[in-house]
Amino acid sequence: MLSNQIKNQHLMWRAGFGPAADQLDQLKNTTPNQLYQALQKESGKKPAYMDVADNYLKGLYMGAEEIGRQGKKKELDAEERKMIRNKQRDGIKNLNLLWLSQMVESKAQLREKMAFFWHGHFASRNINIFFQQQLLDIIRVNALGSFKDLLHDVSKSAAILNFLNASQNKKDHPNENFAREVMELFTMGRGNYTETDIKEAARAFTGWSANIKGEFIFRRFQHDDGAKTVLGNTGKFEGEDILNLLLEEKQTAIFITQKIYKFFVNETIDKQKVEWLANRFYKNDYHIEKLMDDIFTADWFYDEKNIGMKIKSPIELLAGMQRMLPMKLDNEESLLLMQRILGQLLFYPPNVAGWPGGKTWIDSSSLMMRMRIPQLINDNDELNVRPKIDDDQMGGRTDDEDMTANVDKKKRGYGKVGKPINADVNWEVYTKNFESVPRENLLAALQSHLLQVKANYKGDIIKNSADNSGRENFIKSATIQIMSTPEYQLC
Amino acid sequence: MVIKRREFLQVGSLATASFMVPKFLKAFEGKALVPPGNKVVVILQLSGGNDGLNTVIPVRNDIYYKARPRLGILRDKALSITDEAGLHPALTSFREAFDDGSLGILNNVGYPNPDRSHFRSMDIWHTASQSNDYWNTGWLGRYLDAQCNGCDKPTQALEIDDVLSLALKGENVKGLALKDPQRLYGTSNEKFFREISKQHTASREEQPVDYLYKTMSETLSSADYIFKQSRLHPTTGEYPKTDLGNSLKTISSLVYSEINTKVYYVSLGSFDTHINQGQQQERLFKEMNDAVGAFVKDLKKNNRFNDVLLFTFSEFGRRVSQNASNGTDHGTANNMFFLSGGLKQKGILNNMPDLADLDEGDLKYKIDFKNVYSTVLKNWLGADDQKILGKKYDKLNFV
Repeated sequence: MLSNQIKNQHLMWRAGFGPAADQLDQLKNTTPNQLYQALQKESGKKPAYMDVADNYLKGLYMGAEEIGRQGKKKELDAEERKMIRNKQRDGIKNLNLLWLSQMVESKAQLREKMAFFWHGHFASRNINIFFQQQLLDIIRVNALGSFKDLLHDVSKSAAILNFLNASQNKKDHPNENFAREVMELFTMGRGNYTETDIKEAARAFTGWSANIKGEFIFRRFQHDDGAKTVLGNTGKFEGEDILNLLLEEKQTAIFITQKIYKFFVNETIDKQKVEWLANRFYKNDYHIEKLMDDIFTADWFYDEKNIGMKIKSPIELLAGMQRMLPMKLDNEESLLLMQRILGQLLFYPPNVAGWPGGKTWIDSSSLMMRMRIPQLINDNDELNVRPKIDDDQMGGRTDDEDMTANVDKKKRGYGKVGKPINADVNWEVYTKNFESVPRENLLAALQSHLLQVKANYKGDIIKNSADNSGRENFIKSATIQIMSTPEYQLC
Repeated sequence: MVIKRREFLQVGSLATASFMVPKFLKAFEGKALVPPGNKVVVILQLSGGNDGLNTVIPVRNDIYYKARPRLGILRDKALSITDEAGLHPALTSFREAFDDGSLGILNNVGYPNPDRSHFRSMDIWHTASQSNDYWNTGWLGRYLDAQCNGCDKPTQALEIDDVLSLALKGENVKGLALKDPQRLYGTSNEKFFREISKQHTASREEQPVDYLYKTMSETLSSADYIFKQSRLHPTTGEYPKTDLGNSLKTISSLVYSEINTKVYYVSLGSFDTHINQGQQQERLFKEMNDAVGAFVKDLKKNNRFNDVLLFTFSEFGRRVSQNASNGTDHGTANNMFFLSGGLKQKGILNNMPDLADLDEGDLKYKIDFKNVYSTVLKNWLGADDQKILGKKYDKLNFV
């Protein structure tokens, strides 16, 4: 029989970013059902718009219309363009850190986790901070609502339209990129439609575009208003009609449910369970929260074979660590650097298919890095590991202060290599959970909160390498050691 | 072959140490020593999209000079190699290699439906997928999968870097990234990790936790192996004190040690020259030229140049016309260098780019890079290219 504690921690890891230091007590004294209801309640409110954009940029982009009206469209010189690019990049960094801090601190864990899933599902890269903010807002607002609304809103967002070359999709020169990805990645999945379906759907999406302010624009004169045949249906379809046709296909419910199951339950799909979930998801009109209810209130979700079976993604690892050990980082950029080194930088998915997850997170270097992080944080060490160049972030220039890609590699890129992490861990919140635990049971108690799988190593290894000079020191050092094991990579 | 006593002891002690790693690991046996003639490939990635037209310059082409009034490299500045082509002035070592028959230049390499975003195009080069496919494994990773089925030795492909590229990630086996053998050895030699790693005795590796332990213990034993090999025959060659110089020095020492590594991977960048291209490309080329020059010299001195093939690639070339900031924007097809004492075909291997026949200002590709991969895999590494690339590609003749 698994304890409520382990089940609740399972729920916190999957429906959120892991248990928090100040809730460990609650996790022992509540049932998973009660905990889930509390999570739901906390996630009920509409989230606030995250706005980090620089005032200068706001003036420039949002005021674009006024400038146009005055008839003197401002010509920007090279210096200004460079400054704008830097401000855009800084904006995306700040948005990254702000959202990551929400994942750590927000009570709306379920909503943020769901949004994190959609962030990988509707993957896009854009250097425009406003487009990024808008898309993030769409997925956070609709994270638990209707997948129908979510799909429509995302498909009309500037970030996605821009990323998938929608503006190049014109009546006379259709560009199929957008139509292809909508079918392959957003709705039905590969192998459930033909190339002709894509071509015809692309015609329906002609004229879809967005302006510089991020508003959806329908360019009537570039739209092909003839009849199209998509998935066996013929009509003078518009883009919205195609999305609705795709939603009518049950395959869309199956595809989304499979992906959600893999992300929230287990990388290995249980066909029967997915079928049952997908049927209900379809019948419930694509209501996301109801699907999540079906998952998180099912007995099988708490089966041993689903617990501790997932390799934490880098974001889950970093957020989870901070939830368990509340900390203040002087050098917040080190969080960006760690994201890059571990292979998951928010807002920079590897491609339009998002992060593949699972075993792909782990190779020799990333695993060793993961296991060194707790120590680095504890000792306030330097992160002397250098991430790869990403020209989509840095544009190859060498003259900006934090992307001197070639001249001074120490300063290259996102987050500064060679700067101490400077974390100030608030140990008290954490250690007080263990006040009443007898010394001989301490290790077991720590492990029970930190690990979701049975430890393979012998406890002596932790005991021998921990600081035994006192209770507090033991708790701290043993915690750091436990977090440096392969087992801690799992949730 | 004659095994030196020191090497024999090395292999012996590693075999003993292997009893301490988990059961499912077939640790290093005598196989670790590879016979001379062992072919090795070194891949030099020019990150950011190197401008191929200013690398191999079409010195007789008026269209080139018209499209690049300020960026074009004049004929008398370029290092002349043929009547119609010259190399970038910084590439003196490459010209020497051209002269002694150890340089091959392949023009117009690319792929259908080119993508102009860095990460996507690099993805395509790393995975060797078609441009509308998204694969999660790299071509060298799949080489490891095919080559290393059950052998659990990620040392067959090494990347000299802190982070492992997608190119070296297979489904079951992944290459290993290291900046320098000593540092890797140091990190992985922490007592805590050693002890933890010894603890796991899973007989199956179906559970994620087994996979983690397996990766960990492979890393630790590889770190030992690489470090020890790197000290067997450290090169005495002089290398420039640059990143690339250090990396190639590490590689040559490993090549001489007869480690079982077949593939080395190293990157240089950023070649994303939207602004003031001249300076940036020249600086990077100087680093490349000096390091590669030292590497070639070193390999020749040690009689290994015939067994080593170094090739360069970039995720894309750049537009034919320069932009308004004395730079160039993202383009499509590009050239590749092949350097080896063992080339079957040398010099300029195919036609120079046709600047009169462009696709909206960009070069049209004539050779798919996957043909290059399949040639290297089959003809140089003796691997099953079709299985690795998922499709049959015609071979080229340079090796």
